[in-house]
Amino acid sequence: MREPTRTVQLLVNGRTHTVTVPVRKTLADTLREDLGLTGTHLGCEQGVCGACTVLLDGQPVRSCLLLAVQAAGHEVTTVEALGTPDRLHPLQQAFWEHHGLQCGFCTPGILISLVAFLRERPSPTREEIREALAGNLCRCTGYQNIVRAAEAAAAWMREPGR
Amino acid sequence: MKPPVFEYCDPTTVEEAVDCLAERGEAAKVLAGGQSLLPLLNLRLARPDCLVDINRLDELDYLHEEAGWLRVGARVRQRRVEESEEVARRVPLLAEAVRYVGHPQIRNRGTVCGSLAHADPAAELPGVAVALGARLLVRSRLGTREIPAEQFFTGQLTTALRPDELLVEAQFPVFPAGWGWAFVEVTNRHGDYALCGVAAGVYVEDRRVRDVRLAYVGAGPTPVRLREVELAAVEDFRVAGEEARARLSPDGDLHASAEFRRHLAAVLTGRALRRAFERATGGEPHA
Repeated sequence: MREPTRTVQLLVNGRTHTVTVPVRKTLADTLREDLGLTGTHLGCEQGVCGACTVLLDGQPVRSCLLLAVQAAGHEVTTVEALGTPDRLHPLQQAFWEHHGLQCGFCTPGILISLVAFLRERPSPTREEIREALAGNLCRCTGYQNIVRAAEAAAAWMREPGR
Repeated sequence: MKPPVFEYCDPTTVEEAVDCLAERGEAAKVLAGGQSLLPLLNLRLARPDCLVDINRLDELDYLHEEAGWLRVGARVRQRRVEESEEVARRVPLLAEAVRYVGHPQIRNRGTVCGSLAHADPAAELPGVAVALGARLLVRSRLGTREIPAEQFFTGQLTTALRPDELLVEAQFPVFPAGWGWAFVEVTNRHGDYALCGVAAGVYVEDRRVRDVRLAYVGAGPTPVRLREVELAAVEDFRVAGEEARARLSPDGDLHASAEFRRHLAAVLTGRALRRAFERATGGEPHA
């Protein structure tokens, strides 16, 4: 069969990109290969590990389980939109300070999941944080520090004036 | 690229969607939330010639009650059901069970009808549908028909849907007064498919159990409802658990042996019935 393709407009991190992609190409592969946004990582590519989590219209979803053509008309947010090296997002700063990453492979998906989670629950319990992270696997098993970093970020983001 | 080559159509009306299915027949596969289908495509365990994406069917994005039934359109995501106060109030068993489906990231995309049509034997929502006697509304070019949940699930990952049919709506009966409910399951990790799960409804009048509905998931190729177990439960919860252990014949796999699954079924039967009883009576423990 000839490879069917489609040209779509993708709104990613506030910028519109026009790409022509095979219809079978996942959003994750398209972000990485066509848009050069390699912050989104691919682990299992079957929806289990959570490394590829991005926001679709503000809600965390697996970008390996979404076709790029399906993202047309929606707003995609990747880890690249969180902060810059000079000005880290509070979550990124907290991960840095609390050693919330070891190899760092799972980190983008965890940060994206937590951004959405903390927006809905600004004052979570430790138990709620653990449950919110159940869909993100860290193969370094560095969960304790990830949870600590999430707690610290939540406290920081609750401060008045932020 | 992980998925095999396929053609893709994303119709904007149900009419177009069923036309696509009628023309393609077996070669087409419906794509709803994609949380089961995309993994199968990425692993190339499924190789459809054509995907019919129903995510643009705005007409199937409804969730409301009508004449004693909660109607869930095929585009409704699990997360919406989870967050709906109406569902929590009117079909609380569905609200309780949907939280066990995967993780929030999965439920943000996954749909209720998609989970039913995929028919994984260990999935939660098919068990709820069978326990409650849900009705599934399917449409094809030839018209609409209604399939009772107990006839919908015909085998592992297999339903009564014909290749030209689209599941457009699931209807769950609203809980009448006096009924309590519970969904309980055991998994190795939070968010996994159940090793065994039980959906239960208990009707209590004058502090006595009068009627019971029970469905098991992860305990056979389809959700299993056993009238003998339900009748036993009206008399004695513990005996019901033993009936379930004796009558269910789950398969063993690397996650759990058949014997362990039968053990879980017995234990979870009691747990689900006691919780349902407490809810039916407003907190009174079962004697």
